Amino acid sequence: MASITFSELKETSTRYWFVAGLIGLFAALGLGSAYYMEHHGHIVTGMNNSIVWGMPHVFAVFLIVAASGALNAASIASVFGKMVYKPLAPLSGLLAIGLLAGGLTVLMLDLGRPDRLIIAMTYLNPKSVFAWNVLLYTGFFTFVAVYLWTMMDKTMGAYTKAAGMAAFIWRLVLTTGTGSIFGFLVAREPYNTALLAPMFIILSFAYGMALYLLVLIAAYTGSGRPLGDAILQRLGRLLGVFVAASLYFVFVYHLTNLYFTKQHTFEKFILLDGGIYTTMFWLGQIIIGGVLPLIILLNAKLRASRTLLVTACLMIVLGGLAQMYVTIIGGQAYPLDIFPGWQESSAFFDGAIHHYAPSVPETLLGLGGLAIALMIVTLGIKVLRFLPASLADAEVDPHTKA
Amino acid sequence: MNQSQHEQDQATQAVDEHRRNFIGASAALAGLTVAPGVVVYGLAQAKPEAEPVTNKVRWGMLIDSSKCADGCTDCVSACHTENGVQSGPLETDPHWIRKVELKDMRTGRQQSLPVPCQHCEEPPCVDVCPTGASFKRADGIVLVDRHICIGCRYCMMACPYKARSFIHETLTDQNPDVPRGKGCVESCTLCVHRVDQGQKPACVEACTKAGHEAILFGDLNDPNSEIAKRIATKATVQLRADLALNPGIRYEGF
Repeated sequence: MASITFSELKETSTRYWFVAGLIGLFAALGLGSAYYMEHHGHIVTGMNNSIVWGMPHVFAVFLIVAASGALNAASIASVFGKMVYKPLAPLSGLLAIGLLAGGLTVLMLDLGRPDRLIIAMTYLNPKSVFAWNVLLYTGFFTFVAVYLWTMMDKTMGAYTKAAGMAAFIWRLVLTTGTGSIFGFLVAREPYNTALLAPMFIILSFAYGMALYLLVLIAAYTGSGRPLGDAILQRLGRLLGVFVAASLYFVFVYHLTNLYFTKQHTFEKFILLDGGIYTTMFWLGQIIIGGVLPLIILLNAKLRASRTLLVTACLMIVLGGLAQMYVTIIGGQAYPLDIFPGWQESSAFFDGAIHHYAPSVPETLLGLGGLAIALMIVTLGIKVLRFLPASLADAEVDPHTKA
Repeated sequence: MNQSQHEQDQATQAVDEHRRNFIGASAALAGLTVAPGVVVYGLAQAKPEAEPVTNKVRWGMLIDSSKCADGCTDCVSACHTENGVQSGPLETDPHWIRKVELKDMRTGRQQSLPVPCQHCEEPPCVDVCPTGASFKRADGIVLVDRHICIGCRYCMMACPYKARSFIHETLTDQNPDVPRGKGCVESCTLCVHRVDQGQKPACVEACTKAGHEAILFGDLNDPNSEIAKRIATKATVQLRADLALNPGIRYEGF
């Protein structure tokens, strides 16, 4: 273990500044979009009184869920004692903090009254899942920050396992809370199930791990540091297991709905005739986000190719965004059934499939959240010792045998 | 008992009697002094606007869909005029009450009825609101505190009745009694500003004026009120009764 040296990115190459600049540009566009939306009101978004949560929530919830999953490498190292993952842990914590910060920024800037953030922090309704989440987010930042401190300050090393365990438990509670934002919506047929909490946890494992691998490969390739295949093979195989488990949960969710007669019309909407939502589900969530990455990741020869590994990770991220689109927007597009057994119509679009077309500003706000997450990581690895100087097989293998 | 003891007891009794008289007179005097104040206080409390909201009352409505005329939207117009709501054909336009057309999927029978906020006893919007801006008054009226609503729209996700609207753009020409604002969520207030002055909600008044009398407003807790009597004697339904939210708005005739 003593052979692993962590160091900041000392050299400031043109490539680094180009990447940082590009990320900064997207972050600025996101913030500018938020200002535009707040100035004109949500009339400049595709959201309306039927689809009240739109593209910003697709990105925000994806980022928050992925934040929990980004901590995988650290948890496996500290909680499950796998030494080979130990060098990967600090970046894992940094990415987790970055993704949560990015997601929360989007969520906050999409509020109708973001100027009232202080009210959101100080007036807490104890029965609200949202209010619980405010505490869960704050706790996550705190636990992961302390965990990073114990990892990066040698005098605190004795506390790493305890801090890692606390962060591990908290991330499970956090994602349970995120899933419950939807799971506790009693009146809406697409939600209203306890299955959403564990499903969000397993989705977080896949999304967070995919983003982690992309960041790891980008950081090592960009900085020219050695990154061996051994570690990538391990992470890739694990990611494959997470993707398979995600598909299983999605299968059980829809199978349960297909068994309940009252859910048949909703299932028909998502699986067969929901237009963009059906396409997003089958093409985006299942094929691009599930089946194709699974083929790559569970095959040792295929995942040995870095190009294919990166492709699989990118597909999982795109599939994750598609899943959030289907879950969040598709779930709202399907109308409330206020009068079961009756066909409903009104000037307020009762009984009709609701329309939503995301606008440019709200999409830029969502992308801005991702940019803020990446900016935190890019700056973090530049100024602090998050990355091992080498992750070459020779450095990592002894730990594998340990 | 000897002579001296008897005399002593008589003296004690005399003292006790004097003490009782004194205390009695003092109490009467004190009563006379305080009484006018109590009376004035009582009179002050009798003013409707000074009365605190109490849970002895639960305001509600009974909507008879068999009396609700097909094509009539007087209740909707009256509500939106009263509350300064500019509704329209867009999905971003606010609706505090709307007429829902119903068609029985099996028989084809058609119905039409107004749907405002159902003013639930257990409102999901109040449960999910992170700041407590969504709240229920003691008299059962569900409202939004516009000062602490952050515009997260979680209440709109949670409401089973699609009763709430989000203000998507800057408003003009507001009714001073009904403050509203961009970026906040709003819904039917049961015309709380009128109810607190002893009047009926605008939709109820408009329906009566149109001669339909399809909406009955009153105190569900008062067994002598017309609404309570009708609910006690006729078959009425709650929308999404399976959710056990006990809404204050009841329906009959469908």
